[in-house]
Amino acid sequence: MKQYVILGNGVAAAHCIEGIRSVDKATPITVVSAENHPVYCRPLISYYLEDKADPARMNYRPEGFYRENGCTVLYGKTAKAIDPAQKTVILDDGESLPYTALCVATGSSPFVPPAEGLDSVEQKFTFLTLDDAAALKRAAKKQCHALIVGAGLIGLKCAEGLRPLVWDITVCDLANRVLSSILDNDCASRIQAQLEQHGVRFLLGDTVQRYEKNTAFMKSGKTVAFDLLVLAVGVRANTALVKACGGKTERGILVDERMQTSLPDIYAAGDCTQGTDASTGQQRVLAILPNAALQGRCAGINMAGGNAVFDNAIPMNAIGFFGLHALSAGSDCGGETYEENDEKHLKRLYCKDNRLTGFMLIGDTARAGIYTSLIREKTPLDSLDFERLKQTPTTTAFSKQERRHKFGGAV
Amino acid sequence: MKRVYVNEAWCLGCHLCEYNCAFANSGEADMAFALKGKPLYPRIHIEEGDKICYAVSCRHCTDPLCVKSCIAAALQVKDGVITVDQSRCVGCLTCVLVCPYGALAPNENGVMQKCELCLQNACGAPACVQGCPNQAIVYEERSAAE
Repeated sequence: MKQYVILGNGVAAAHCIEGIRSVDKATPITVVSAENHPVYCRPLISYYLEDKADPARMNYRPEGFYRENGCTVLYGKTAKAIDPAQKTVILDDGESLPYTALCVATGSSPFVPPAEGLDSVEQKFTFLTLDDAAALKRAAKKQCHALIVGAGLIGLKCAEGLRPLVWDITVCDLANRVLSSILDNDCASRIQAQLEQHGVRFLLGDTVQRYEKNTAFMKSGKTVAFDLLVLAVGVRANTALVKACGGKTERGILVDERMQTSLPDIYAAGDCTQGTDASTGQQRVLAILPNAALQGRCAGINMAGGNAVFDNAIPMNAIGFFGLHALSAGSDCGGETYEENDEKHLKRLYCKDNRLTGFMLIGDTARAGIYTSLIREKTPLDSLDFERLKQTPTTTAFSKQERRHKFGGAV
Repeated sequence: MKRVYVNEAWCLGCHLCEYNCAFANSGEADMAFALKGKPLYPRIHIEEGDKICYAVSCRHCTDPLCVKSCIAAALQVKDGVITVDQSRCVGCLTCVLVCPYGALAPNENGVMQKCELCLQNACGAPACVQGCPNQAIVYEERSAAE
């Protein structure tokens, strides 16, 4: 009997289900969900800490979503192995699930580097799931001192959400700036200043050498006393299942532009994958929600016998802390940079070979998507009034023909 | 599906559409009371370039990137109309980052708002179209432009 199996129950899985159903209304779908929740809005977990989101409104799809789409969800279960020859998935409870087509959407896991004395810390948390956030929220008390290890997006969003719940927060990172994988020094210092203004303290270029119960001994010789420890050093794509059965993996599961892995009838989507970054042409893990959604849908359509391609994935980040927003997309490919930089705003446009390859906006972020579209569509800059576009993102900079195309009919 | 289209040759750049939009979505009965002395947060805006101007509001794309990118599932498609559930929006601006038309902007509280074709307010049909003095904005069914 035909059956689709999806490993994982996040955003990529939800779009995979919808992709399958846009082609094939009948074949049963089985979803293997490690977490005991229907698909939820994972990036909202930091907002949940400070009650800007609550679990009742964090559902990513309406009630009845799985039933209406003919899905069986196996909650609290994980896959132990994939057998590509037999086309089966073996679950942790020994059950074997046959598949016609499989989608691996297993996401990523927190990377917790080993550290001396970590076992002696009682109140330690990771911050990737709703259950992680709920546990942290229960433990947080007004008199608590919190130490967050890692000044990446997960660590800093955790700091923002946790700030009103605790006495103080210290964030440490081995890198000498915050968000070191996304921002350069200039942008990072603005974000850091914003967080500092709201009472978050930083120990940058420093790392914990050992823990002793409620004290962290830093490499610099400083000591940090804490009640709550959040480990947010980074995440790693969950590639093990595909790697173990012979599929190609690097930092993520390698997928082509149809979301197919190197193994027949096995697809992958979301944070566990490594695909092509269209802004640089290079292979990388792009663990962002829009990518998970677009990849998931593409995988689902192809699993069901359709023909979908997703070939313009680019990095896109909307980062905001305490009301200061930074929007960025694409990459600095080492070409020319146009910059505006004053006290309140920063704008950088990265251009190379007649294309916009990336940008960074802090402060004034209005209509940033017009810039993003130039990167995704690889629009030749000599086909429009780029001098005008540099000043402000506006569609009036496009040629008359392009405006007609964009505004003259349904899109 | 009927959508809002603009004719840039006929747009006078009078910005009346912005006022009519803000008024229609204010829930007030009187335009002066609704708008006078207050900052305007319309869901349509006039784009002004070198000798051209035209109004831009949500295109209600058939394959909307904003909906797929929304981290809170606040942006949704209902019968082809893209709506925002403001109780879910956390104001992250991901939709601003991805909309190719620059058609989304937050309201005075940092929560996203967008053109919903006036189907949710008392107007019932786009107020920008009804109030345009030169028929530069129309509400009609069209296929894709060439």
